[in-house]
Amino acid sequence: MLSVSRWRYIAVIIVTLLGIIWAFPNVLSPQMREKIPKFLPHNAINLGLDLQGGSHLLFEVDKDTVYRQRLETVADDISNSLRGIERNSDTKERLPAIAFSGRSVSPDGKSVKVSVNNPQDLAEAQKRIAKLGNPVDGVSGPVSTTDIAQSVNGTEITVSLTEEAKISMTRRAVTQSVEVIRRRIDETGTKEPSITRQGTDRIVVQAPGESDPEKLKKLVGQTAKLTFQMVDSSVSIDEARAGRVPPGEVVLPQDNPSEPFVLVKRRAMVSGENLVDAQPTFDQQRGIPVVSIRFDGTGSRLFGRATTEGVGKRFAIVLDDKVISAPVINEPIAGGNAQISGNFTLESATELSTLLRAGALPAPLKILEQRSVGAELGQDAVNAGAKAGIIALVAVVIFMLLAYGFTFGGFSIIALAVNVILIFAGMGSAGATLTLPGIAGLVLTLGMAVDANVLIYERMREEYAAGRSVALALDAGFSRAVVTIIDAHVTSLLSALILFYFGSGPVRGFAWTLSLGILTSVFTAVLVTQVLIGIWYRQNKPKVLPI
Amino acid sequence: MAVSNSKWPLIRLVPKQTHFGFVHFARLAASLSVILCILSLVSFATGGLRKNPMDAFNKTQGGFVQKMDAVFADAFNLGIDFKGGVSMEAISTQPIDIGKVRDTMHTLSVRDPQVQGFDKPNQIMVRFLSENDNNDAAIGVVKDALTKTLPGVTFSHPDVVGSKVSGELYRNGIMALVAAISFMLVFIWFRFEFQMGVGSVVALLHDVILTLGFISVTRIEFSLTSIAAILTIIGYSMNDTVVVYDRLRENMRKWKKKPMSELIDLSTNETLSRTIITGMTTLLALVGLTVIGGSTIQSFTIAMIFGVIIGTYSSIYVAAPFSLLVPREDKKRPEKIVDDRP
Repeated sequence: MLSVSRWRYIAVIIVTLLGIIWAFPNVLSPQMREKIPKFLPHNAINLGLDLQGGSHLLFEVDKDTVYRQRLETVADDISNSLRGIERNSDTKERLPAIAFSGRSVSPDGKSVKVSVNNPQDLAEAQKRIAKLGNPVDGVSGPVSTTDIAQSVNGTEITVSLTEEAKISMTRRAVTQSVEVIRRRIDETGTKEPSITRQGTDRIVVQAPGESDPEKLKKLVGQTAKLTFQMVDSSVSIDEARAGRVPPGEVVLPQDNPSEPFVLVKRRAMVSGENLVDAQPTFDQQRGIPVVSIRFDGTGSRLFGRATTEGVGKRFAIVLDDKVISAPVINEPIAGGNAQISGNFTLESATELSTLLRAGALPAPLKILEQRSVGAELGQDAVNAGAKAGIIALVAVVIFMLLAYGFTFGGFSIIALAVNVILIFAGMGSAGATLTLPGIAGLVLTLGMAVDANVLIYERMREEYAAGRSVALALDAGFSRAVVTIIDAHVTSLLSALILFYFGSGPVRGFAWTLSLGILTSVFTAVLVTQVLIGIWYRQNKPKVLPI
Repeated sequence: MAVSNSKWPLIRLVPKQTHFGFVHFARLAASLSVILCILSLVSFATGGLRKNPMDAFNKTQGGFVQKMDAVFADAFNLGIDFKGGVSMEAISTQPIDIGKVRDTMHTLSVRDPQVQGFDKPNQIMVRFLSENDNNDAAIGVVKDALTKTLPGVTFSHPDVVGSKVSGELYRNGIMALVAAISFMLVFIWFRFEFQMGVGSVVALLHDVILTLGFISVTRIEFSLTSIAAILTIIGYSMNDTVVVYDRLRENMRKWKKKPMSELIDLSTNETLSRTIITGMTTLLALVGLTVIGGSTIQSFTIAMIFGVIIGTYSSIYVAAPFSLLVPREDKKRPEKIVDDRP
């Protein structure tokens, strides 16, 4: 080891220099970091939410609603198709109708059941239903699969979604939801939100700096499905609530004490998908905040036609199955501009406009987890962590100097310093996130990093005590200790990797720091120490081992 | 015999050569370890030695499994990571009477309310589970009630973990521990010998049980970071064990005629100085963290300190001596060893 080859010197020097370059942005302020030329590294370590303050929300896309929605469409299509109305058909020609009964989505929302009255029609009915499927995307290969499957029991056909379709629909719903959430959060100007999918049906929303999760939850968690539905005034609301709801209609609650429930037609005359804009405005006449909306071409046409046909009747503006208001149509509304009034404050009108502009979520989101850290608490944690780190470092340095003297203790301190630089460089360049447990991992690494040096020095002492010359003791101590160091570090690395695999959030940050620390400490303890001792030996030619 | 040329006399925590008869005391150490492990298990059943397990057993309806479930339900002071529910801090302008808050919480329609004090007397943390996972409603109820009990109280934004997620986190945590221990067994088996693998796994189980026992008795909050602490302890303890085994392997090669027990003593003594010094530096770093790092990571670092001490003890007293108990085929020994000297 004492004749250290040239490439080792070069490797140590290059890695250390690169480490310094990559670690450097961490000591700069964000403003100064901006000024670093593009060809130099300018990434610093991200502080985790627990250090920076912020909110963390975990949502789950309500898959069952996605499936149920699709099956409701399928159920409608089945009725039409059995009656002989073909989907997407240009000709007005109709196929012969098939008599059927009991067409409905099952209560668990997992299938549609329909019975044909005449057993001879079964084959034809199945053929028509088979055509109703949508192709499943994301399935490779020439075999085209549809999203529905049928099973027959007597004259009853049960239609359900295929597993591939469910997977593909869930994936699409999550992707859409992520887009919608991003649009909504961007509108509010929250800085650097992170919106990521997790697993198959989950979405993590993290907003650093936003320490009020309630605001975020309201913004993200609302489905914001807006529909305009006609009100049925022919049946009294009490009668409907007593259970006599006419077919194709539904009772919805309204936030209005004088009329807490409204009976509306299920079918929407027009929905929020057809909006191009929504803005909070002020109704001059009534002096209340309202939301002004503008429809696209299709929306204008549909809305114009519905209001023309329904003059004198009422329609309900429904948001997420709650009636906002149910005005009377005084005159046909053409041109695609309308106003939504309700019990709005300026704030809630602004909120609703934001939601409408960003679009509705494809399915409701359920909140699974909610955490937040105040910014002040985060700063306290950073300060405490930094202080603890420095104290730990000083303690370890003093200990090493006392235990191994100025020369060898000094070598291990240099190795430790290079180690710290490399950890910061590694975390910065990988854009890793430093969490509070991560700081603990870092401090722990400092304590354990000197382990490799201790192993080497203790082995040298032993070899020297056994009567070897200084040169031989250094050499043997080194080469034997390295085997042990590698074995021992592999076990630590294994447990750190397991932690990374199973852990989440802050724990992952800890595992990441620990793994990086283990890798860099092998490098510094083995190579850096070796090079330093090699130089020292050649210059001093010592006769006794100074440890 | 060597004359130091340093400017100060180097401290040595351990004499240059030691001849402790570790194996001689192994029986004693083993009894101590067994007693401590049993105590840990008792602590799991008695909610940290604080209640009679028979009460829960007799009170619970249902089969044996349900009854045992109830007995071990209080094994740890589970945080919301693993139990689910709501955790919220309350700060008042005056010192808070924790007993009063506890009484108030018990009158509310929330499950399993817990109230914990902080370093500051005007600050508390409340944790509770909601009925039917309706957390928002439960938060409202608790806030209303506490505002009446403690005038001028303000609340932090609550942390909420749904029961679905907490269940997954718990399973993942257990899986991580099982995976870590199995990987270690395979690694040691592959790198050393089978009986060493068994010895190291027994040492690991010993460390994990005792650390869990420590967490149970002290009622430190058991959270995701506790799993991190235990896994780190596993890594550390293995690290220590490997160093001893490594020396043992070398000595087995060097002294083919010596009996195992002597070789174990020799190897442990030779590596003792390193074991103590590394333990010291790690403890120095951890103590620094515990004292300065703030209450958030204290539960983590205190468990780590305990674990490092136990891990050091177990690599000396459990791992190596235990490998003596596993029968070995002596004749095969020389062939089995891989000579990996450079």
